[in-house]
Amino acid sequence: MRQFFWALNTVFMLVNKDFCMKLSQLNPGQKGIIVSFTDAEMAVKLMEMGCLPGEEVEVERCAPLGDPIAIRVAGYQLCLRKTEAAVIIIQ
Amino acid sequence: MADLKVALVGNPNTGKSTLFNLLTGLNQKIGNFPGITVDKKTGFCKLPSGKTAEIIDLPGTYSLYPKSKDESIVFQVLADKNNSSYPDVIVLVADSTNLRRNLLLFSQVADLGIPMLLVLNMTDMARKEGISIDVDKLAQRLGVQVVNISARKGEGLDTLKQAISQTTPLATQVNSIDARGFAPEAVEAIKQKIGTKNDYYALQVLHQHEHLTFFTEKEQEEIEAIEIGNGFDTVKLQGEETVARYRHLGKILSDVVVDTGAQKKFTFTDKIDAILTHKVWGFVIFFFILFFIFNAIFSWSSVPMDLIEGGFAWLTEKGHEHLPPGVLTDLLMDGVVAGLGGIVIFIPQIAILFALISILEDTGYMARVTFMLDKVMRKFGLSGKSVVPMIGGIACAVPSIMSARNIESWKDRIITIMVTPLVSCSARLPVYTLLISLVVPDEKVWGVFNLQGLTLMAMYFISIIAAVLVALVFKFIIKAKERSYFIMELPVYRMPRWKNVLFTMYEKSKTFVLEAGKVIIAISIILWVMSTYGPSKRFEAIDAKYNRIEATSTDTVQLASLERDRAAEKLENSYAGLLGQTIEPMIKPLGYDWKIGIALITSFAAREAFVGTMATIYSVEGADGDGGEMRLRDKIGAAKDPQTGLPIFTFATAFSLMLFYAFAMQCMSTVAVVYRETKSWKWPIIQLVYMTVMAYIAALIAYQLLK
Repeated sequence: MRQFFWALNTVFMLVNKDFCMKLSQLNPGQKGIIVSFTDAEMAVKLMEMGCLPGEEVEVERCAPLGDPIAIRVAGYQLCLRKTEAAVIIIQ
Repeated sequence: MADLKVALVGNPNTGKSTLFNLLTGLNQKIGNFPGITVDKKTGFCKLPSGKTAEIIDLPGTYSLYPKSKDESIVFQVLADKNNSSYPDVIVLVADSTNLRRNLLLFSQVADLGIPMLLVLNMTDMARKEGISIDVDKLAQRLGVQVVNISARKGEGLDTLKQAISQTTPLATQVNSIDARGFAPEAVEAIKQKIGTKNDYYALQVLHQHEHLTFFTEKEQEEIEAIEIGNGFDTVKLQGEETVARYRHLGKILSDVVVDTGAQKKFTFTDKIDAILTHKVWGFVIFFFILFFIFNAIFSWSSVPMDLIEGGFAWLTEKGHEHLPPGVLTDLLMDGVVAGLGGIVIFIPQIAILFALISILEDTGYMARVTFMLDKVMRKFGLSGKSVVPMIGGIACAVPSIMSARNIESWKDRIITIMVTPLVSCSARLPVYTLLISLVVPDEKVWGVFNLQGLTLMAMYFISIIAAVLVALVFKFIIKAKERSYFIMELPVYRMPRWKNVLFTMYEKSKTFVLEAGKVIIAISIILWVMSTYGPSKRFEAIDAKYNRIEATSTDTVQLASLERDRAAEKLENSYAGLLGQTIEPMIKPLGYDWKIGIALITSFAAREAFVGTMATIYSVEGADGDGGEMRLRDKIGAAKDPQTGLPIFTFATAFSLMLFYAFAMQCMSTVAVVYRETKSWKWPIIQLVYMTVMAYIAALIAYQLLK
């Protein structure tokens, strides 16, 4: 039984991994749920600005030159560079 | 003296500054751009209890953990009981349309244990967007008074004043998270070390004691030792704390905030953004706006400027006619009035410039410009946020350099500070205006664009290109201390607050006249004295020579011309003339004579002095001849080289001069502010040297190519 759950969990994680991507990979208009961050220092700044795990984010638009991007999170618009968006893992 | 000190704390864009103005009546600069409030602002407010409260407006921040220099001021003030700004009461201003993010700061500040109350601003907007907040429940759960206001409409002020006077001297807020739990041993050690009972204060001290200047060096070392001894990981703990706070806020806000239509508020802003930050139209509109600003500065101001110019010419003429002739009248008319006229005339242009910039900030457009240009700016070692100081630099480098405080990365900030003075400021405007009107014809191109306006715009473009290129050079020279990042709120578009725009116009013009005026009048007087008097032997010789010639002549026309020659020769041999001649060999290759040399010397204090100096020199020269009714522009235009008889202000000289003024560091206030902001003489000296060298070379090349 325990082994079964362990196997199920592994499968789930593998499947899940495919659904996980970086926020910077989304196109304007696409949405995702924040799962985690890959950089602790940046995570603090982003969380203070309302980008929390579990929060829905939508890429609103890119700047005319493709970078930075504007996202909608926690009821307001935030802009950040693509390198910073790449720190945010979404589902 | 105030009975009570009240500090306003809150996120950027919450209307904190508007509330400050409403409370104090002392209107100040408010922008829609995050972090525009960089300096500490204070004012006084009468409370219903009859007491007077001193209101302190602290810079907007999202957290007590600072991302930039201006944000670090908040904790510095709240941490130091002996600080003159340490408040008795904190008013935390929150945006009702985004309560959870705003309450993160509330919960941090609340845990410091200072008496406080919560103000929910923009309640009218929240209501419109379908957000309702149960104020009583929120107040009960937080343990503080909660007041609904709308600062824009001026609603809820009386209730707020009442609430401020009702605040108890002991903090009532409910503790939110267990601050000790994050690092029990280190927090205990700090509490004993600095003698505080507050866990969260101790934790904050561990995190950011480097920013706190009131600790002695020994104390800093001891805190550092506690930090290291306990393996205090500041990044990890900040993350844990933020997560814990949001979890706590989730509980606080459950069934307090009911949101029925979260999407509505963006439709308007989204529609505008689709155009204003469009790939093509975004830039077209941005350049159109810039062009509009330059065109407005030139064309809207021409009528009032002509009036002022005419007025001062009339004043000088009447003064000479009606006042008893003598040294004092000459000093008053040719020194003070001429110098004053040189400043007052630029009020229309400065007022227009500041009004337009404050509209751009207030509406939220400036934040979009930052967003659009970040990628370009980064290539040159700057950040999108450098755009604001640089556009502000068009007005004045001094406040712009201070506004660079909200740039997070040290390197981006230093480079921005180093290049901002290259952007042509309003003090160069008089120089450009005068020289352009001398050598560029007042014609229309394609029937729409004024040729003089286009030339002026070109000067501004040259200065901005220079700033960007110099930034690129610094990008490779300066080493980064930390990585640069760009996380910024894009505020919703709003109508500008016209009262504030008018106030900014008034305030900035007043500051310009008073601050620049003091320097310029002083310089004008010194200059008048220096150009009227000279080594007595030389002056006696000149007088003797002309007296001899005049005695033999009876022709009035010839006499008048002799008087002019006498004045010119006296000026040449005056102290100012001698000084100008000393540096003449150095500036000759740039196309300048010794008279311009005098202007260059006085301009090193402040470049506005150029026009005043020219006015003084040319009215001294013309004073004994054909009256003062000639306008400065005509006098300078008529100036001829005594040897060749050719006009001094040719196209080549004028452009060489404009480039010199565009690049040279001729502003003592900027040097002082760069020293203050970088806390070292290294940067202002580097700046002074590179700018002067650059100015000399550019002027030299321009003159040699154009002559």
